[in-house]
Amino acid sequence: MESVADLVGNTPLVRLRAIERDCPGAELYLKLEYTNPGGSVKDRPALRMIQDAIRDGRLTHDKTLIDATSGNTGVAYSLFGAALGHRVALVMPENVSEARKNITRAFGTELIFSSPMEGSDGAINLVRKLVAEHPERYFYSDQYSNPSNPLAHYDGTGREILAQVGDRITHFATGVGTTGTIMGTSRRLKEHLRPIECVALEPAEALHGLEGLKHMGSSIVPAIYDPTTLDRVVPVGTDEGWDMADRLAAEEGLHVGHSTGGNVAGALRIAKEAGKGACVVTIACDRGDRYFAPMRWEQHYEW
Amino acid sequence: MAITVRIPTPLRTLTGGQDEVQIEGADVGALIENLEKAHPGIKDRLVDEKGVRRFVNIYANDEDIRFLDNLKTALKDGDSVSIVPAIAGGRA
Repeated sequence: MESVADLVGNTPLVRLRAIERDCPGAELYLKLEYTNPGGSVKDRPALRMIQDAIRDGRLTHDKTLIDATSGNTGVAYSLFGAALGHRVALVMPENVSEARKNITRAFGTELIFSSPMEGSDGAINLVRKLVAEHPERYFYSDQYSNPSNPLAHYDGTGREILAQVGDRITHFATGVGTTGTIMGTSRRLKEHLRPIECVALEPAEALHGLEGLKHMGSSIVPAIYDPTTLDRVVPVGTDEGWDMADRLAAEEGLHVGHSTGGNVAGALRIAKEAGKGACVVTIACDRGDRYFAPMRWEQHYEW
Repeated sequence: MAITVRIPTPLRTLTGGQDEVQIEGADVGALIENLEKAHPGIKDRLVDEKGVRRFVNIYANDEDIRFLDNLKTALKDGDSVSIVPAIAGGRA
């Protein structure tokens, strides 16, 4: 490999044999996006947004890439920024995990904190303000509006899934945050000759614990989100997502984050409904160790 | 016995958009009961039969009540309580 950037994509697809016992006759597959070099699905859109911006001149060496991110996109920007020689600044809510802050800082990234009370929307509002004040200083990557985000999944994730699982796939389901994964992957899958049902999984409640996912009804809806591409939206509860994350570790040996737990819980529900012959594919967004710090060990948040 | 309660964005639909409310309560449990009377529906968002929901953090004067006396954490006039999602959101 010439560069760490060449390690992005071509992630493995693993069958969930233990979880499948709950949906007899149906198949469940999980695409392990955490094998990307930054440890999450976000390596794909972050790299693509950077490459596209370099190519057309929006990102030059006298500008700093800036965006709002609760973590994984920030890790990815930081990693590829360092590798490609571009400065990165991230705006994140103060209550993101200490581990996330430390990982991004390790790449030399500048961190700017928004209110912990306002979640990712508070970070979006702050980054917009900073960019409006100093447009000459920043390239605002804007993962929520940047078409390069879903394109990374159209050219990568969707194509890879079809190659890996073949014509058996009946459903694709994944959680919505920026919605880049569901939009780009679904667009590719919808071009397949046989219909594949594409389902967005959404946190069931406004105040939820599926980090990285957005409850659309109470959030700034991303510009790249186009529900007309999708067949339906299925709500997923925080508790079922967290419990499924524990099960994936205990029964499949896959230690994943909570959003992945939510994805598999939603995929399992779809597989049960669809019954025999269903083949449901979902995404492992990241590993569980990225979340140890806030849930288990940290006692105190700095305000 | 007024306590200042800071409300996170996702719950402000229940408080008429207010980011802070003044509520009475001798401890956090009583405060949540009074919060429910003033803003029906909020209690279920914060606690279940086992106590504070796993993904919700409640701070009494900036200390997580899990490391104090949980729902029995005593409060006094002028204290502040913050409800903070355990996560931030915005990926995938």
